[in-house]
Amino acid sequence: MNKTYLLALLKSSLEDFKRSKARTILTSLGILIGVLSVVLLIALGLGLKNYITKEFENLGTNVLYIIPGKFSGASGASSFGSISFDERDYLSLQRISLAKHVVPSYQKSVTVENGQKSETATLNATTADTFDVRNIKAVYGVVFDKADEQKGAKRVVIGPKIAQKLFSSEAAAVGQSIRIEKQKFTVIGVTNSIGGGFGGPDVDSFIYIPYKGALALNPNKKFMAISVQAKNTQDIPALKLEIAKVLNRRYKSDDYSVLEQTEILATINSIFSIMNTVLVAIGSISLLVGGIGIMNIMYASVTERTKEIGIRRAIGATRGDIMFQFITESLILSVLGGLAGLILSALIVFAVQPFFPAALNALAVIVAIGVSSIIGVFFGVFPARKAANLSPIEAIRYE
Amino acid sequence: MIKLEHVKKIYRIGGEEVKALDDVSLEIKEKEFVGILGTSGSGKSTLMHMLGLLDIPSSGKLIIGDQDISQLSDNAISEIRSRYIGFVFQQFNLINQLTVLENVLLPTLYSKKELDYNPREKAIDILKKFGIFDRKDFLPNKISGGQQQRVAIARALIMDPEIILADEPTGNLDSKTGNEILKLLSDLNRDLGVTVIIVTHDKDVVKKTKRQIYIKDGKIVNKYS
Repeated sequence: MNKTYLLALLKSSLEDFKRSKARTILTSLGILIGVLSVVLLIALGLGLKNYITKEFENLGTNVLYIIPGKFSGASGASSFGSISFDERDYLSLQRISLAKHVVPSYQKSVTVENGQKSETATLNATTADTFDVRNIKAVYGVVFDKADEQKGAKRVVIGPKIAQKLFSSEAAAVGQSIRIEKQKFTVIGVTNSIGGGFGGPDVDSFIYIPYKGALALNPNKKFMAISVQAKNTQDIPALKLEIAKVLNRRYKSDDYSVLEQTEILATINSIFSIMNTVLVAIGSISLLVGGIGIMNIMYASVTERTKEIGIRRAIGATRGDIMFQFITESLILSVLGGLAGLILSALIVFAVQPFFPAALNALAVIVAIGVSSIIGVFFGVFPARKAANLSPIEAIRYE
Repeated sequence: MIKLEHVKKIYRIGGEEVKALDDVSLEIKEKEFVGILGTSGSGKSTLMHMLGLLDIPSSGKLIIGDQDISQLSDNAISEIRSRYIGFVFQQFNLINQLTVLENVLLPTLYSKKELDYNPREKAIDILKKFGIFDRKDFLPNKISGGQQQRVAIARALIMDPEIILADEPTGNLDSKTGNEILKLLSDLNRDLGVTVIIVTHDKDVVKKTKRQIYIKDGKIVNKYS
């Protein structure tokens, strides 16, 4: 098998495709759609996973999350809403010596107004330590401090998205007043952009407010979660025990969960790997259908070219040569579809990236090229075998 | 060089046995120019397929060189076909998607043996000799029947075959062009020493050959009637 032979095969395939352009395009389209759906589904799953992983990484290092309800590890089962925390819990947790910071948080979706302009934001009633734990900085102005927190100052730090929506620029927001559910607050700072917005919390649309200044917005004075940052990574197990000791004075141990970042990430990963498998399985059905389309067309092609097969056999082509020729054609047809699908998926992923955290990875490329090659060969073998086993005499007589 | 010994070929059509070849023995020697004459249904096509190794006998022996075909695999038979036999058909049987030059070169692609000549140069030489070099980049359906048949003969010659097997080579041509093709085949036999076998139903064609074999009802007969 030499270069001339392969080139001639390639040319003969391309000639055949040229002869039946519409058919070639439609057949490849089947594979294109299959590859497109699989690659896009992988890109979507991967993007969501990356996004959520990043969100959690943004929440700070060495941080434990105390949430209501029992969160049972990798299975992800959880029952929320049984209890909620209050200031007493916050204050008693603060006494734990292994804890560097304790940050309670009450979150609520609110409408913010500046004159005629209004916007939906997530209110985060919390303490000044939140900026330290989550590594949030004020790009313009300042973040609120312990004094603001203690006084219950009506001062807020807003995310860049809110600043852009309500003011002429992020810088212009500082010093202005805004209304949150009819209550007046002064903007003292605008945070850096952390990104995100799909699926998880849209951190850039947060409004941080000293919890004591938001009592009117949080009439029950409750917290939905409390984050505790350890002084050192190795303190985390001891810190967990200390937290349990404190909370068990008021609650049953089944009423709340203390989670580590790694546990949450493991849960997310396991959920996403299941989701991805299901999505890819669904996408694969269209690949299978595309493969059957190729097989169908190759059978038609073998019948149409029976005479040509006979001629080739008469002038010395072996069964293997004929088989190889048809498998090559099927392979080219399928890989062309696969590549087109991959390119189209890349374009779509690129186009939606501003709104949606889709991402392509090596897996997607391998799936696109690998699977379409396998499909090309697999579904090409049967028609090719039919071609190879034609009797040369009957084939050459065929009109 | 090619020998049939008591060859029978039996087809079953709708449960009925048809003896396409019935105990045929014949030998064709090197450098012969042979005409096989028979009407349609006489078994001449089957005989041609046997001689071209496109078909195998139901019984009896088919020997080429000193090899018994029945002992060989399909791949080995394909290789012998590629190296020893060049086909010329009534319908020309060129591949319409390939240019004249590509058609002539096609057998060399399937050659499992390294060729001791440059196939392209050789193809060009033959096309020049046949007066169709200026048509080398044409598709077969853009040239005349006579030219197509010349291309087919060029294709049959490219592998330096021992035998050229022509099945009604003039059947689709007018008598003038037909005679030119026959002249060409006769020249090949005389100048290159290629064994040429022409299978036909046309008595005038067979007259041009040096030795005539008559076939009727699947049997070799002495006299054509």
